[in-house]
Amino acid sequence: MQPKEYQQLVQENLPPRPIAKNMLWAFFVGGLICALGQVVLNIAKSFERTKNEAAAVTLAAMILLGTILTALGVYDEIAEKAGAGAAVPITGFANTVTSAAMDFRREGFLLGMGAKMFVIAGPVIVYGILSGFVVALIKSLVLGLL
Amino acid sequence: MQYLIAFLVGGAICATAQLIFDTAKCSSAHVLVGLVCLGAVLNGLGLYEPFQEFAGAGALIPVVGFGSSITTGMIAEVKRLGWEGLFTGAFEITGLGLAASVVFSAIFALISKPHR
Amino acid sequence: MSNRIGRRTLVFSKGPRITSRYTLVGPREGRGPHALDFHEIMGDDTLGQKTAEKTERLMLEIAIAKTLEQHGTEVHDLQFLIAGDLLNQITTSNLAASTHAVPFIGIYGACSTFAEALGLAAVLLQGDFADQVMVGTASHYQTAERQFRYPIELNVQHLATNQVTVTGAAAAILSFADRGPHLTHATFGQVVDMGLKDPQDMGSAMAPAAFQTIKDHLADTGRSLEDYDIVFTGDLGKQGSKMLRVLLERENYTGLERLQDGGSRIFGPGQAVGAGGSGAACIAVMTLGYILNCLESAKAKRVLVVATGALLSALTVLQGESIPCIAHAVVLEQ
Repeated sequence: MQPKEYQQLVQENLPPRPIAKNMLWAFFVGGLICALGQVVLNIAKSFERTKNEAAAVTLAAMILLGTILTALGVYDEIAEKAGAGAAVPITGFANTVTSAAMDFRREGFLLGMGAKMFVIAGPVIVYGILSGFVVALIKSLVLGLL
Repeated sequence: MQYLIAFLVGGAICATAQLIFDTAKCSSAHVLVGLVCLGAVLNGLGLYEPFQEFAGAGALIPVVGFGSSITTGMIAEVKRLGWEGLFTGAFEITGLGLAASVVFSAIFALISKPHR
Repeated sequence: MSNRIGRRTLVFSKGPRITSRYTLVGPREGRGPHALDFHEIMGDDTLGQKTAEKTERLMLEIAIAKTLEQHGTEVHDLQFLIAGDLLNQITTSNLAASTHAVPFIGIYGACSTFAEALGLAAVLLQGDFADQVMVGTASHYQTAERQFRYPIELNVQHLATNQVTVTGAAAAILSFADRGPHLTHATFGQVVDMGLKDPQDMGSAMAPAAFQTIKDHLADTGRSLEDYDIVFTGDLGKQGSKMLRVLLERENYTGLERLQDGGSRIFGPGQAVGAGGSGAACIAVMTLGYILNCLESAKAKRVLVVATGALLSALTVLQGESIPCIAHAVVLEQ
């Protein structure tokens, strides 16, 4: 049998993904995390001077939450059901950093944990900065700021 | 009401990401990077900040907000410093979160072990 | 040449047998439907060790030690130790072997390693190069996850085609002693690559290799699947088993009801493990546990064991390579 033929056979025989169920779970868990974030944001706004500062504190608090849930071994279990509902919020970002830190600690604090803490989160940071840079550059030129 | 909007908007963003993940069969990493870049672009177009006013945490918490915050920071710093702002602004808003993730992760990595 | 029949199959006329064995599994496997088939179930998945890699190594050492005990033999009475595992440079096997003063043949066949080892051991015995050979393998859920996939606590939504690495270790001694099943034939497989690139569905990638080896074996021996009470694949999992059936049916093979898969059987329906178990230990503990128990209790008289392996690395996937696979078969007869 030729590879192409077999690949076709495999595609035909793959179990279907429960898309609707997955989307519902992602919606609920992701929504819940954001609603919780709103609670924190409102509290932060009453303490901080600018809305940027309030946003920054909120992000930090949600990151701490993600870290704690990861350390408790709970976040990955939530993610099994919630999928994107656990990956997309900033708590998911915290989870990638904490889980890597926990895992690679055994290879030493410097060369293990230190080197690999951002092994999963790296792309988000790198491309966040790259795309931000391109957009900010273009916008600055357009607005005559540069 | 604010909480309901945050819930609905945040949920919708996550559900859409899930749909892409399940149909386009790309990896989770690809979807997240796509969302971050989308956040930067929407911010540049002047759409994300008003969206964040409306949706609050529903727009801030998803990783889309991360990309948007980076861009907001860069533009604010450009206004203040000129071209250096393109670089100093990256972590204006997100810096607290990044440093926090390092510190918290290191602390908890010290005291916990992976389960299962 | 009287040691060969057909193109690819070896015949062991001298009658090497699996004369002692030991299987050790983790707690999750111990909660599965075959718990009673294993010699020992670990209380937790650490065995008191600081890292999962150390645990895996200790598991293999325990399996080797207990097998020697069972056989009533010392390490220096063995002529060879053949072992392999999933970790880079087969460190588990290397480090376990370092505490045993016996010539060590390290092999790598991914999840097909154990059948590869059994076949090689039989060759050494048949050729009068040895009269006692130890084979062993081990795998651990956490070590495989770290090497091939992701940090343990990372948010990952598993798919129906994903498999779970079995935490387990197994060892056996092949010799001419008068007990245990005979290893009568071995058919070593060729590498089969159907261009599949999805590491989330290794079962589908491995099925063609199993198909090729089964095909070669049956052609060489002139047998059909009905000549075996059980045709036991290692860890094709639910998806891979399905694809193997599709391939066999397309070429009008009969006797498919004799097909069983170790990866699909080792965990129970309530254990949420996607397509089933995998890992080098899967076929090993299931063969030495479940299959040998079937042979001993006369539930089966002759079994074809087909161990499958996906020969990918963490790098090949990232570099866009496809997944080449292999399957090795041995015949066990009571």
